[in-house]
Amino acid sequence: MAKQLRIIPEKCTGCIQCELACSFVQTGRFQPARALIRVHLFDDQASYAPYTCFQCDEAWCMTACPVNAITISAVTAKVVVEALCVGCGLCTIACPYGTVWHNPDSEKAVKCDLCGGDPACVRACPTAAITYLETAAADWLGPWADDLNRSLREMQAGGGQ
Amino acid sequence: MIGGWTGRILRVNLTRGTIKKEALREDWARDYVGGRGLGARYLWEEGDPTVDPFSPKNKLLFVTGPLTGTNASCGARYMVVTKGALTGAITTSNSGGHWGPELKFAGYDMVIVEGRAPRPVYLWIHNDEVELRPAEHLWGKGVWDTEEIIRKESGVPDTIVASIGPAGENLVRFAAILNDLHRAAGRSGVGAVMGSKLLKAIAVRGTGGVRLADARGFMAASWAMKAKLKASAVTAEGLPIYGTEVLVNVINEHGALPTRNHQQTVFEDAEGMSGETLTETRLVANKACFACTIACGRVTKLPGEAAGKFLVNTHPRNWQIAGEGPEYENAWAMGADCGIGDLDALIKANWLCNDLGMDPISFGATLAAAMELYEKEVITNSLTGRPLRFGSGEALVAMAEQTAYRQGFGDLLAEGSKRLTARFGHPEFFMGVRGQEFPAYDSRAIQGMGLGYATSNRGACHLKSYTVSPEILGIPKKMDPHSTEGKAEITKIFQDITSAVDSTGLCVFLTFGVGLEDMLPQLVAATGVPYSLASLTQAGERIWNLERLWNERAGLGQGHDQLPKRITEEPIPSGPAKGLVNKLGEMLPEYYRLRGWTETGEVTLQKRKDLGLA
Repeated sequence: MAKQLRIIPEKCTGCIQCELACSFVQTGRFQPARALIRVHLFDDQASYAPYTCFQCDEAWCMTACPVNAITISAVTAKVVVEALCVGCGLCTIACPYGTVWHNPDSEKAVKCDLCGGDPACVRACPTAAITYLETAAADWLGPWADDLNRSLREMQAGGGQ
Repeated sequence: MIGGWTGRILRVNLTRGTIKKEALREDWARDYVGGRGLGARYLWEEGDPTVDPFSPKNKLLFVTGPLTGTNASCGARYMVVTKGALTGAITTSNSGGHWGPELKFAGYDMVIVEGRAPRPVYLWIHNDEVELRPAEHLWGKGVWDTEEIIRKESGVPDTIVASIGPAGENLVRFAAILNDLHRAAGRSGVGAVMGSKLLKAIAVRGTGGVRLADARGFMAASWAMKAKLKASAVTAEGLPIYGTEVLVNVINEHGALPTRNHQQTVFEDAEGMSGETLTETRLVANKACFACTIACGRVTKLPGEAAGKFLVNTHPRNWQIAGEGPEYENAWAMGADCGIGDLDALIKANWLCNDLGMDPISFGATLAAAMELYEKEVITNSLTGRPLRFGSGEALVAMAEQTAYRQGFGDLLAEGSKRLTARFGHPEFFMGVRGQEFPAYDSRAIQGMGLGYATSNRGACHLKSYTVSPEILGIPKKMDPHSTEGKAEITKIFQDITSAVDSTGLCVFLTFGVGLEDMLPQLVAATGVPYSLASLTQAGERIWNLERLWNERAGLGQGHDQLPKRITEEPIPSGPAKGLVNKLGEMLPEYYRLRGWTETGEVTLQKRKDLGLA
C-alpha cells in the first residue's frame, strides 16, 4: 500500500489555501505562481478544481527523463532531483496531466513531492477537498525503481559519470 | 522594508497618461497598518476634501494590507479609498476575491489613480509591465464581458480584473467596482468615481510572492487562528452552511429586519428569501475568496422555468449560468425593504447589479423609497412608466436595468434615495446617514447600530461598527439590543478595532470567530513591526479620527451625526420590538466624551496631538 493525494472537486471552494501552503513550502513565501498544486477556478460554471501530480504508476515524466533526474522517494512520490535536472522540459511534455512544471527561476522541472509524507496542501485545505489516503498501488518499489534509484545514488556519489 | 509589503506603489495619471513607480511610505504603513488606514493617510496628504467627487482632482486609491496575499485566513482584501460619489464623504469600500493579492504578487502595494483620461482606457499590470490600454471597445460592456475580453486579448488567462459596468460609466451615484465577476467594492459610489475618470478596468497578473519578516512564526500564528475559526459556531457552521443569508430569519425574529422602506421591521415573507431556503432550493456551490477558510459566498442558479421568469432587455446571456449571491444585505435591500419575498427575483436582480456594476444595498433601498413615494401617490405611472408597488419582483428586475443605464425613471433612481426623495419634497422618506442608505438592521430594535450608523464616516454602514455581534449574536458577550447602556463605549471600541482589521488586509467577518488578539501575532510576524493590542487599537482610533477630520473639511463632520425622524421619533408599529425608537440623543454625548471630542462632536487639537495627527 502507498499513500496518495485524493482530490474531491465538489468540496473545493476555490480559496487556494493549498496553493499558498504549497508555495510557502517551495519558496518560503506566498507565491501561487510557484505552487505545485493549482486550483482552476471555472467561475462561470461554479466549479473549482485543484489539480496536482497524483503520482501515477506509469510515471511518464520519469520514463521520459533523459538524465534520470526523476526518482521515487521513500513516500513513493516521483521526485525531481534538482542537482541532476538539466531543465530540458521533456517531463513537462510527457506528463499527460500537465502537473510537471518548469520553474523559470531555477530553469528546472518542478513537481509535487508529497512534502516528504506530510503534504502541506492537505493540512491547509479547510474543507477536506484534498486528503492523503492509503491507496492500492502497483509495485512502485519493484526492480525498475530499484534500478533507477541505484543509478541515482551512484551519480550522487560521483561514480556514475 | 517592512515584511508583508512589496515596498512599491503605482501612480497613474490618466490626464497625462503617465505611470510612475514609487516607494511606499514606510512610516505611514507602520502608523496606519495598511488598507483603509494607509489609503486615508495618502488621501489626507494628497486629496482635496472640497472637490466634486467627479472632478479629475479627486483621487482613487486601491490599497492592499500587509496580510493581503498571505495564507492568513481571509487575507484577500483590498480597499478603494476616495471621495464617494454618493456621499461626498471619505469612503473606504472593500472587496475580496483575488484582485488585491494579485496586485501584491505583481509587486505593488497600492495604485493611485489621478486625473481623467481623454478617452476610455484600462490599466494593464503584468509584473513590471504596466501600461494604459484603450478601452473604447469595452465601454458599455458588463463586468462579465469585460473580464472575458481583457483575458482573451491579453493572452494571459490568469489575469484578474477589477472593472466597472455601465452603472459606473453612467455615473450612477452608487456604482460599484467588481472583481472576479461577483466581488464588489460596493458602497458609496466608488465605481462612479472610476467611471468619471474614464477608467474601465484595472487588470492584474502577478507571478511574484509576498515575503514576510518571520515566516515560521507567521505560519504558527495562522494555524492557530484557523483552529479558532473552526471552533466558532458562526465561522465554522453558520456562514459556511447558509452564507450571510443565515441572518435573515435571525434578524427578522428580533423584529429588526427593516421592511417596506423601514415602515415595518418584521417581514412576513422572510422565510422565502432566507439562507435556509436559498441553500435548499437554489444553491450550486459555496465560494471562497482568496485564502478564505469560511467560504460564505453562495453560487446560485435559477432552474428551468424560473430562468425565464423575469425578462430583461439587454442581458440575454448567462441566465443558464450560475451567479453569486444574493448576500444578506443585498437580499434584504431588494427583498424585505421592497416588500419582495420572491427569491428568484432577488437572484436575478442581484446578478444584474453585479454585471452592471451597482451596489445592490443602495439600489434596493432607493427603490424602496421610490415605492413608498409611489404608494403614497407622490409619484405616478406617468413618471415611473410602471407600477412601483411594494412586493413587485418584476419592477425590481426592470428598474435594476433601467437604473444602471439611466433610462426613464431609472435616471432618478440613479441619484440615490436622498436626492430622489428631496426632489419630490419628501426628504423624510430617505432612510440613511450622510447621504448613504441604511443597511439591513433597523436601529430602533438594535440601539447600538443607530449610533454606529449616525457616526459612521462613510455614511450609514454596518461594516464599520457591527454591534449586531454583541447585541444579537452575543459575540463576544450578549448585550441587550433595546438598551442604550454601554452602547457608546462598545461602538467606539468596535469602530477602532474594525478600522484596524480593515487595514490589515483581513476580512472583518473574522471577528465573528476570533478577536484582534488572534490576528495580532500574524500581523507582527508578517511585518516585523512590534504591534501590541494597545498600539493596534490606537492605530484604529487614529484612522477613525483622520477620516473624521477629512469629513470635517468636506463639511460632513459634526452636525451630520443624525438619524432620520422615522428612526428617532416613529415607534416600530408591530412585532417583537414594537413601540421602540432609537435613542441616539442618549448615546451621542457619551460617545463624543469617550472619543475625546468636543460636546458638539469636533475633533479637538489635544486628540489630534495624542494620535499624531496634529
